[in-house]
Amino acid sequence: MSAGDIGVSPGDSSFAEAGPELIQLLTPEGERVEHPDYAIDLSPEELRAIYRDLALVRRVDVEATALQRQGELGIWASLLGQEGAQVGAGWALEDQDMAFPTYREHGVAWCRKVDPLDVISLFRGCDNGSWDPLATKFNLYTVVIGVQCLHAVGYGMGIQRDGSDSAVLAFLGDGATSQGDVNESFVWASVFAAPVVFFCQNNQYAISEPIEKQSRIPLFQRARGFGFPGVRVDGNDVLAVLAVTRKALEAARTGQGPTFIEAYTYRMGAHTTSDDPSRYRLASEMEAWKLKDPIERVRAYLIRSGQADAAFFESIEAESDELAARIRKGTTEMPDPDPSSMFANVYAEQTPYLREQAEQFAAYRASFVASGDGAPLVGSEA
Amino acid sequence: MAELTYRNAVLAALAQEMERDERVVLLGEDITSGGVFKTTVGLVDRFGAHRVWDTPISEQAIVGAAMGAAMAGLRPVAEVMFSDFYAVCWDQVVNEIAKTRYMTGGQVTLPLVLRGANGFGSLGFGSQHGQSVENWAMCVPGLKIASPATPVEMVGLLAAAIRDEDPVLVFEHKALYGVKQPAPEGEQFIPLGQARVAREGTDVTLVGLSITVGMCERAAAVLADTGISAEVIDLRTLVPLDAQAVLGSVGKTGRLVVVEENPGQLGWGAAIAALAAEEAFDDLRAPVIRVSGGNVPWPVARELEAVVDVSPERIAWAVQTLMKHAAAPPRQH
Ligand SMILES: Cc1ncc(C[n+]2csc(CCOP(=O)(O)OP(=O)(O)O)c2C)c(N)n1
Ligand SMILES: [Mg+2]
Repeated sequence: MSAGDIGVSPGDSSFAEAGPELIQLLTPEGERVEHPDYAIDLSPEELRAIYRDLALVRRVDVEATALQRQGELGIWASLLGQEGAQVGAGWALEDQDMAFPTYREHGVAWCRKVDPLDVISLFRGCDNGSWDPLATKFNLYTVVIGVQCLHAVGYGMGIQRDGSDSAVLAFLGDGATSQGDVNESFVWASVFAAPVVFFCQNNQYAISEPIEKQSRIPLFQRARGFGFPGVRVDGNDVLAVLAVTRKALEAARTGQGPTFIEAYTYRMGAHTTSDDPSRYRLASEMEAWKLKDPIERVRAYLIRSGQADAAFFESIEAESDELAARIRKGTTEMPDPDPSSMFANVYAEQTPYLREQAEQFAAYRASFVASGDGAPLVGSEA
Repeated sequence: MAELTYRNAVLAALAQEMERDERVVLLGEDITSGGVFKTTVGLVDRFGAHRVWDTPISEQAIVGAAMGAAMAGLRPVAEVMFSDFYAVCWDQVVNEIAKTRYMTGGQVTLPLVLRGANGFGSLGFGSQHGQSVENWAMCVPGLKIASPATPVEMVGLLAAAIRDEDPVLVFEHKALYGVKQPAPEGEQFIPLGQARVAREGTDVTLVGLSITVGMCERAAAVLADTGISAEVIDLRTLVPLDAQAVLGSVGKTGRLVVVEENPGQLGWGAAIAALAAEEAFDDLRAPVIRVSGGNVPWPVARELEAVVDVSPERIAWAVQTLMKHAAAPPRQH
């Protein structure tokens, strides 16, 4: 088969455009539209709560980016532009469901009630993320691309054998779809009918590489070859994402196996604060995506349909200011970890070798004279 | 004289070898945009997309395809962005690439290089992006290992790796990328398997690799003020290992401190210590000491990094402890 057989010619990137398969319930202009397969019925309270989550999650991101710029964080991976995809997915999760994130899912973390400061502590370099993955049903962030998809499948097989009515949501990026681990996880999820939904945020880039460098067909179409359905949803449409993800998770819970969701979106910021996207993409592209902002369309819809008034938006604004202040204060006041904690939790029971090394480190540290200008280069004889 | 950074040394070696031999091709993630560590900037413009391949994010494929391309007659230089990700493609490296010459009875040669950012250096990269993993490869017959300590070393060793007929893993220490040195003139080449005496001394031999060489030099400078003369050996390559350089120095000083950044548990320093125990026993006036990284997954916290990492201070401390060691009285029979 040549690329031409699937309507793609080499060098042609048109396949990567959204296309008619895109599931949408709320247009970029904030107009509610219906879709034959995906209905959603949300109360005004729920819609306002969704808006609140979107706005607050963006504020967490803006604040963390600023903190990084001011040297308070080592690095930050911004979710700017992906709030709709993440809050939609987060809302689709039931309490008992398990989520396996990448390193960018701050919006899902928020929906799982993980304190933003527990996320930020990782990027500040205080710990590896200080939430409890099993209590929050939200795994720690994973930074080796794609690995979490296999964990999600194994977790899914585990709960399947427990006969539980929960499901697993595995997050991945467009770039991750090229990893062996990810492709193996698709095979396994399919063969074992594991209750896993793969939620791929196609934000168009993997660091500098555009999606065309990962795939010659739309990502959602790959699922078919693995034996399960793939859908492409407007990732900037929180309602459509919620509807599509909810349906897929329900199918997983009821024994119908995995689904692949391609949430079609755009990374509005840099890959991380260490990256400069002007090296590899045009500003005009970003301008076009600005018009599809995931939060503005919900705001427009709420106003147009009379489900929120100016007072509501003001209250969210005030709440988001408070949140930003709390994050700023909490971040700068985060205590440094105790050096001796380094040797904890390598094993359930410390090995003799490690105990000895811990003692050596303690002796080494004790050998320094405590002085105002820090440890001297050479240990004192005292 | 123009300055050369370690980062640009990688670039210079790649350009030098691509210029010299059109069979040299590069493959890896993000390399046409210059690379996430900016070690491939401008190479696609200079040599064309047919020689600089941006790949999907698939380390197994990058490394496995490098092997295939080498079989087809190219000399691939594959980037594994962070050496921690060797774990993602280790089957290709260990079971395929390392064994091909042997299993084909010498009929197939794989002149390829795997290179990328390695090491800790207290940069906040954490457990899965901050490891020094030269020792992983040292357990595998069939692989050569170079881990340059300075910009000048980088150009010459990477060039030698690219010209070598066997697979070579070249480790670039990410904490050294910004280090500068006067740029050398002309073509660079440093043969694999020849250690370098970075500083001469008479009381103790400090053996380092990559970032620990500079740490040893700094420790030696401080020790000199306290009347201790330390010799610093830069191993440059672990395979081939220049055992004579180590043994020769120990023969002179009678004391050995091996400094490695990876966790001590089966770090490469163990091999150097064993070498001295086996072949320099009579020369040694004190036990061999290894200074290595903590035997824990690397922490991400700055406070903890400082504890887990090796440092000139820790090296100097180890040497001072060693110098206090009184030679044991002869054993009674
Ligand atoms: C196994 C592995 N290879 C390479 C990297 C370096 N890396 C970090 S993020 C990234 C791009 C991932 O892109 P994508 O999956 O689209 O996710 P996004 O960052 O866009 O959310 C790469 C290549 C890594 N962390 N792990
Ligand atoms: Mg992406």
